[in-house]
Amino acid sequence: MSGREQPTVTQGRVAELPAALRAAGIAARPDAGPVGPASLLMVPPDNWGKAAGVAAGLGLRWSAVWGEHRPPEILVTAVLFGQDGHLLLRTALPEAGAELTSQTPHYPAANRPERYIQDMFGVYFVDHPDGRRWMCHQAWWQDQFPLRKDFPVAGTPEAETPPDYEYPFQTIVGEGVYEIPVGPVHAGIIEPGHFRFQAVGETILAMEEHLGYVHRGVEKIAEGRDLAGLARLAGRVSGDSTVAHTWAACQAAERALGVTVPARALALRAIMAERERIANHLGDIGAIGNDVGFTFAQVQFSRLRELWQRQSLSAFGHRLLMDRIVPGGVAIDLAAPMIEAFQAEATQLRAEIEELLPLLLEYPSLQDRLRGTGVLAPVLARRLGALGFVGRASNLQDDLRRDAPYPPYDRLRVEVPAYRQGDVAKRLRVRGDEIGVALGLIEQMLGDLPEGPLLAHCPPSGHECAGLGLIEGWRGETVCYLRLDAAGRVLRYFPRDPSWLNWPVLESLIHDNIVPDFPVCNKSVNGSYAGHDL
Amino acid sequence: MLHIFDKIMRTGRLTEPVAQPEKAVAEIGATFSREIAARFGGSLAIRMVDAGSCNGCELEMNAANNGFYDIERFGIHFVASPRHADLLLVTGTVSRHMQAALQRTWEATPNPKFVVAMGDCAASGGEFGISYASCGAVANVIPVDAVIPGCPPTPITLLQGLLELLRR
Repeated sequence: MSGREQPTVTQGRVAELPAALRAAGIAARPDAGPVGPASLLMVPPDNWGKAAGVAAGLGLRWSAVWGEHRPPEILVTAVLFGQDGHLLLRTALPEAGAELTSQTPHYPAANRPERYIQDMFGVYFVDHPDGRRWMCHQAWWQDQFPLRKDFPVAGTPEAETPPDYEYPFQTIVGEGVYEIPVGPVHAGIIEPGHFRFQAVGETILAMEEHLGYVHRGVEKIAEGRDLAGLARLAGRVSGDSTVAHTWAACQAAERALGVTVPARALALRAIMAERERIANHLGDIGAIGNDVGFTFAQVQFSRLRELWQRQSLSAFGHRLLMDRIVPGGVAIDLAAPMIEAFQAEATQLRAEIEELLPLLLEYPSLQDRLRGTGVLAPVLARRLGALGFVGRASNLQDDLRRDAPYPPYDRLRVEVPAYRQGDVAKRLRVRGDEIGVALGLIEQMLGDLPEGPLLAHCPPSGHECAGLGLIEGWRGETVCYLRLDAAGRVLRYFPRDPSWLNWPVLESLIHDNIVPDFPVCNKSVNGSYAGHDL
Repeated sequence: MLHIFDKIMRTGRLTEPVAQPEKAVAEIGATFSREIAARFGGSLAIRMVDAGSCNGCELEMNAANNGFYDIERFGIHFVASPRHADLLLVTGTVSRHMQAALQRTWEATPNPKFVVAMGDCAASGGEFGISYASCGAVANVIPVDAVIPGCPPTPITLLQGLLELLRR
């Protein structure tokens, strides 16, 4: 059994990008953009793809891309990450006949986000390797673009939206090759999506995802909301990441408006974020056991998760911590007696984990199912830009809490576990390790909880402004872009869940596994359908 | 192995009694009658359908299966196919992309069948309402017999709501 080896982190520096772009003959110019930790670099539209090639050459990690309709222009903005933090790369193109070169040849993670922009904004990516629609099913026509400003929020839907039968899946032809369609309604208590397997016997040759079934128009219905309404919506982008998305949205708003959040509120936000991380890891460790018939793990870890959620309810008034983070701070204080209760709880959970995890890690018939299953090689994790614990189990160690710390993590020491094997067993183990780290962070924060107010006022700025939110949620780097009008109402809201990058990883790691192992592989990655579908 | 038995013995019994339900169900439609208790009192098979949820309701539905609530002790169990189901438990504002799937799941469920809308989105459209992407409440798409509100409803609310329906 191999232990921890030297993990890798993102190598390049975003500060070197402007010079590298100019050396490549790309007219890049800095611009005053969203307020936040990232600078903004404008590049001409015809060099959009080429600029990504230069960034990839520097070793920068590609993180997100989104569109924004500012008639008569469409802005497309990508986020890059280096050792020295984030950088926004932006281009502006006319809305009529909008065309752009693709970044996908240099960064495979851009594949679906670019197709999403194509569906939602009508920007055509000329050299994209996969021109198929992505979010557009049958609820609107392919020549309608819901996130353009002239598309009404009500749309023009038919009374009954037909099922999306005609999505052109890739097929494999050959003797004995057969196809298994799964979903959108799955067998378990789980979100909807479609998986199309190409298999021979029990072996999966390929699996293709077709998502978008829970597209609820989050970005469109955000437009015109006030900040309180935005925070409520952000809390429902993905229910298991309600803290991460609400924090990211509030952080973006606070940066846009220049609001300083009180220290106590920041600490409470981080305590909630670590509680969310622990709750989800507990639930998933149990569910991974359950997916290979090891109910002991399910019973024990669902017990721990339930106790954890009950404590969240008694301390903060909500089992999933929805609507506890609000623009400017938090909606609820941590009462003094609860601090002691949290400390006792942390001690108790650590003891439980230290007792239970070895039982799982050393139980031969469980490990026999988990080791070597769903392997994501480190080189592939890096190429696909895998985030969070999925990346960390494949030796990719990036973690914003350590590498680009936002308050209060700038005052805390965050250890980041990493392994090389990249199989289900290590994804489980990383989660176990992360519970320990999160408990340590909670204890540190409880021991040094600042006094003071919980809420800062967030008045409208009187002019248009934009901000960027960047939070390390339990799934990984969570991005939020926000533009507000002079009255503080939302002009554009884009939440980028880590699942955008981790869903394609599942397609990759499932190759050559057996069909019955798909559920455990899926659970070990646990992408959010709602967070992706928006 | 012995360690596992030891931990099981020390963990003991988690299951808690459930208090008499107190109005966990907000609305009960006219079609929901005493019939459900008579027909399904001993064994209620539920097919859940996420029709546009944020996954919050699913987390709490899963929790209703943990040792503390142990929903199966009341004969209530979740099944893999609508063809095996007595009741559809639907979450989420119904996304237009899920409209046909929800309708077909309902058609695939044998009669007599009942539909419970779980959570504020399923009840009213919640934060999402009706738009180009969303049909709003479940009742806008298939007939709904009862509503269990909450965002999300807690496992105990869900359990009490289902028991309330069974005991009517």
